[in-house]
Amino acid sequence: MSEHQEQEMEGGLSRRQFVSAGAAVAVGAVLAPGVFLHSVAQARSPAEGASNYQRWGLLIDTNKCRTGCDDCVSACKKENGWGNEQVRDEQKVQWIRKVDLKEHHTGREVSLPMMCQHCAEPPCVDVCPTGASFKRADGIVLVDKHICIGCRYCMMACPYKARSFVHEDVIHGDAYMPRGKGTVESCTLCVHRVDKGQNPACVESCKEKAMTFGDLNDPKSEIAQRVSQYATRQIRADLKLNPGVRYEGI
Amino acid sequence: MMTAQHALRAFLTLVLAGWVTASAVAEVAHPVIPKGKGERCVADTSVMRRNHMQLLKHQRDETMHNGIRTERFSLVGCMNCHAYVNSQPVSIKDERHFCNVCHQYAAVKIDCFECHASTPQPVSAAVAPEAHP
Repeated sequence: MSEHQEQEMEGGLSRRQFVSAGAAVAVGAVLAPGVFLHSVAQARSPAEGASNYQRWGLLIDTNKCRTGCDDCVSACKKENGWGNEQVRDEQKVQWIRKVDLKEHHTGREVSLPMMCQHCAEPPCVDVCPTGASFKRADGIVLVDKHICIGCRYCMMACPYKARSFVHEDVIHGDAYMPRGKGTVESCTLCVHRVDKGQNPACVESCKEKAMTFGDLNDPKSEIAQRVSQYATRQIRADLKLNPGVRYEGI
Repeated sequence: MMTAQHALRAFLTLVLAGWVTASAVAEVAHPVIPKGKGERCVADTSVMRRNHMQLLKHQRDETMHNGIRTERFSLVGCMNCHAYVNSQPVSIKDERHFCNVCHQYAAVKIDCFECHASTPQPVSAAVAPEAHP
């Protein structure tokens, strides 16, 4: 749609109304037979692969996150079957953890969940010698445990301490999140749920609604609208990794 | 120069050796393959026998790296049909498990189930199963 048309419409409609009205047209816009400008974000058939039309992201509102609450951590453990390992404390598996921060000058305390930040430029992928650590087209950073040799370079490269190593045999049972001794693992953004159009388990579990999951590339999505309107922060933005997980209120 | 007696001894040795080998092979029982739960497999038995490992590996990479989650050649799909003996679900620890039966006979070790579940799994309603041919 041209700039001229946009200016014309702005008289009668707000920017938001204009975007939502225009999006209906945009979804149907055809470049060539079978090639669409925009596809509907969440409804993907099992045969259709992850595409870079989407960039999955997570927005965490630390103003809503309660100190002492670990519902997201429990939900992740339950969903992905970690946390029951019989190992020393130093070797404990940790896909997601709660971090409490306090600003010394003002005494303000905040609590936030910390997990794989699903960077656009992931250092874990850069250092992996086998290609096991990789970024999917839709921005989800994963470990292919079939080719992971357990060298743990990625664990050292990650500035967020997001990855864990499986030191002992695991009692497996979940068909959608297999885990194995001798491999590295981390938050998958519940990729098995996302592929079905569901939210990650942590997002579903948060009673305070402090976590918003969605497609950062879709201007209609709640997450994209919120990051465009409110001040949000990337942790260690100085590293220029462009994480998919953003925080509000820190 | 070989005498008739030498020739006879050599002949008998060969015959005996052949007989012993044949009887040793006959002693290994042919695998009894448990019948799958479904009507028919996702491909012909001859294709599956020869190519199941390639099909599984291809599907593995497609799912892992590209997020393609069709059910036709998924390991979960295999287990949901095959991990039964007499209609009872069995795990890989059971020597009558579908995969075990042939793999033990052929002495080929499988490591899929060091991480993956070897028993039937509840299929989420959100995943629409792809129609089998």
